[in-house]
Amino acid sequence: MSSVAVKKGLGASVWEYLTTVDHKKIAHLYLGTGGFFFLLGGIEALFIRIQLMKPNNNFVNEQLFNEIMTMHGTTMIFLAAMPILFAFMNAVVPIQIGARDVAFPFLNALGFWLFFFGGMFLNLSWFLGGAPDAGWTSYASLSLRSEGHGIDFYTLGLQISGFGTLISGINFLATIINMRAPGMSFMRMPLFTWTTFIASALILLAFPPLTIGVFLLMFDRLFGSNFFDVTMGGNTIIWEHFFWIFGHPEVYILVLPAFGIFSEIIPTFSRKRLFGYSSMVFATVLIGFLGFMVWAHHMFTTGLGNVANAIFAIATMAIAVPTGIKIFNWLLTMWGGSIKITVPMLYALGFIPSFVIGGVTGVMQAVAPLDYQLHDTYFIVAHFHYVIIGGVVFGILAATHFYWPKMFGTKLSEKMGYVTFTLFFIGFHCTFFIQHFLGLMGMPRRVATFLPGQGLELGNLISSIGAMLMAVAVIILLFNVVITSIRNKKVGADPWEDGRTMEWAIASPPPFYNFKQTPLVRGLDTWWLEKMEGKKELTPAEPLGDIHMPNNSIIPFFISLGLFVAAFGAMYNPLNSVGDGKSWGLPVLIIGLGITFGSMLIRSLRDDFGYHIHKEDLLEDDKGGKVG
Amino acid sequence: MNMENEQAKNPNLRAHHDYRRKKSAKEMQVQVITFALMIFLTIVAFIAVGTGDFSVKFIIPFILLLAVIQVGFQLYYFMHASQKGHELPMFFMYSAVIIAFVTVLAFVTIIWW
Amino acid sequence: MNAEERYTPLNWPDHPETQTLEGKNKFLGFWLFLAGETVLFASLFATYLALKDSVPDSSHPLAKDLFNLPLVFAMTMILLTSSITSVYAIYHMRNYHFKKMQSWFVITVLLGAGFLALEIYEFTHYVHEYHFTFGSSAFSSAYYTLVGTHGAHVTFGLCWIIALLVRNAKRGLNLYNAPKYYVASLYWHFIDVVWVFIFTVVYLIGKVG
Repeated sequence: MSSVAVKKGLGASVWEYLTTVDHKKIAHLYLGTGGFFFLLGGIEALFIRIQLMKPNNNFVNEQLFNEIMTMHGTTMIFLAAMPILFAFMNAVVPIQIGARDVAFPFLNALGFWLFFFGGMFLNLSWFLGGAPDAGWTSYASLSLRSEGHGIDFYTLGLQISGFGTLISGINFLATIINMRAPGMSFMRMPLFTWTTFIASALILLAFPPLTIGVFLLMFDRLFGSNFFDVTMGGNTIIWEHFFWIFGHPEVYILVLPAFGIFSEIIPTFSRKRLFGYSSMVFATVLIGFLGFMVWAHHMFTTGLGNVANAIFAIATMAIAVPTGIKIFNWLLTMWGGSIKITVPMLYALGFIPSFVIGGVTGVMQAVAPLDYQLHDTYFIVAHFHYVIIGGVVFGILAATHFYWPKMFGTKLSEKMGYVTFTLFFIGFHCTFFIQHFLGLMGMPRRVATFLPGQGLELGNLISSIGAMLMAVAVIILLFNVVITSIRNKKVGADPWEDGRTMEWAIASPPPFYNFKQTPLVRGLDTWWLEKMEGKKELTPAEPLGDIHMPNNSIIPFFISLGLFVAAFGAMYNPLNSVGDGKSWGLPVLIIGLGITFGSMLIRSLRDDFGYHIHKEDLLEDDKGGKVG
Repeated sequence: MNMENEQAKNPNLRAHHDYRRKKSAKEMQVQVITFALMIFLTIVAFIAVGTGDFSVKFIIPFILLLAVIQVGFQLYYFMHASQKGHELPMFFMYSAVIIAFVTVLAFVTIIWW
Repeated sequence: MNAEERYTPLNWPDHPETQTLEGKNKFLGFWLFLAGETVLFASLFATYLALKDSVPDSSHPLAKDLFNLPLVFAMTMILLTSSITSVYAIYHMRNYHFKKMQSWFVITVLLGAGFLALEIYEFTHYVHEYHFTFGSSAFSSAYYTLVGTHGAHVTFGLCWIIALLVRNAKRGLNLYNAPKYYVASLYWHFIDVVWVFIFTVVYLIGKVG
């Protein structure tokens, strides 16, 4: 690592990103890759809506529709929403707690590359015989019988990606517990950090059941086991239980960070502290806990029995309470505040009614007898899109504007942002509000087409037009990103002027070591506190000294690549149920695992103490010379 | 920095070292006793099943209880969970145990096809 | 405190594994990982309990026909003993006795290998005598996945400890590798925790019916 400024060529930049363990660069990687998959998932959504624009349409055939529908859900949840949220967690949380990096920088990189190769593997299915076609939920009876390797791409790709997510979850938990700056007690942490913390705990506890469920499906399809084969004593409901024991906490893993983002944006642009901080923390913890107790509300119609249905129905309704607490606290934060309608604030204002609509239809579905009517109809589709788009996607779009300066040093155009928001908001309600009624009229979900003369034509047409509006909105956002990058107009540390938390106290983007001196945290909304006392910088907690930094490494890339290779071997092994096993299957599996475990061994056999930035270089950096 | 000089200069270091050695040795004794108890519990469980004299309704809760006690020994003594600094780890472990319990409960009650 | 410094038994810290920030993070991170593994194994136990004795027809062996309690008892004793030997190893680590620590870890590895050998014998016995294979029935798939995953964890643990022994043979003990040994021994204890539930739920309850 040099201490003198060096003009970097393209090759050097590529190598830097391949080997980086810096949480800020990893955030760029997550945002870019997640953003790419968001566009892919969006195109898949467009194709669905084009096919369903009119009855008996033949834009795509049934098989292709099933693949597109499956990949839309799988891509959006696992490859777009989660990674983009990880991008913001990586960019913001270490700085919010006054740390110089996460607890395990090497594992942070590994988490990204596992996600990357898992996502690549899953999407290669399009070119290698067909994508998975049993829905993002891949229920075992249907998915066992799926011809071709689509489902195998699903199981193997998600398994690899899932390891990455689990590792990152542990990383953020350890970071938030161990690496807070002096004076930052748990009850002085910003809300985005709190929600990251709880979401990471959910990841730790919810991903193992998914891991097992996916392994069981993988073993049944690739190695001849009988977990879900009823004729051999198996049981398909086991898949549903595992999927939803994971799946329900998963939606809270998605929405809690989004809640955290809004809990930063709303106080900032109301120029008023968050109302009811303690109850917000408590509500987040309660949502996290209850989220594990409700999974069978996805299984009301499977015949669990009245007692089980009643228990899960009541638990599901209970979750509305802490969520309601949060909504009221956000409203009360704005009440009496000095509101500034920036693009992030616009998304926050759009989020509140949209998410609440989604939330109340959720409580409707919690009533088990009513769910017998609503299950597998478009009503459900409407509900979850309202909470996911109204909550998670709005949160992501808001954070993209809000944190862009901190991540890239420039600021996205507010004018274009208003246009994107308006088109997206109108398009979103157009598409999904009408779907409540389509569902109530009996239109089933996941159907490739529908018949004329049943009153479904107008609703589907309106729904598809809304999708086009959302597409235009996203294109304008892309345009915004490109124009901003070309203009490259640099901004300062606190470009929104009302930043409350520590990330707004340091440069945009921060120096690679984040803080020259670890800050001293004197209260909640640390930076706001210092600003109100007239300070221009955070109070330091230590004298200026050498800073210890971790080394870059290419090994995470190779550990992930090994699993990618092994997945091909597993898929084409001689025992697979598709029947096209190749003789090279087992050797490739072993070679792939060899690359992975060999890389882990290389990593472990060497001592890696990192390196030090010397005090003198830090002082020079003060005077304008560049460090690193 | 010369380590040996420092040691000669600091009698407290020696005293602390001796104290710590004694404490470690006592802890080790506790560990060995724990080990003996774990062997005993294992033998009891195997005998209880091996003789075949007891009814199923009694044996299953009994050996599960023995297992839980043995796991408690492993966690709290061998894995030092009883020592300070383990509060958060144990909080997460117990959270995991709750989820684990709910999962197993679901699988043995509401799967009946 | 520099992680590569040389120590003597006198000034070696009381808890070397958590003296550095790296050590503290590894300690916490590993306990968190064990919490995740708890849910992982619980899921495998749940699957096993749901599919126990679930066979297509009466020609397939059930739990009470298959399991050999004396063999399982021997395996249990071996694994339990390997747990106390790893406790001894960490005791010596805390007292800065590098060679004794290494020796006790070697004994742990040998006992672990013995456990694995018996388990491999057990599996081959089931395959040859009862045609009880991974693909025989839902019950067999669930059994081999649960007990096999545990065995895979034992295998990984052995490779891990051997790698530590080889890697540090010339380096000796310092604050950089103390957390590595501590975390490996936590892993080894956890494997024994899982085995306690396996011998109780799979073998003992299997025999009882």
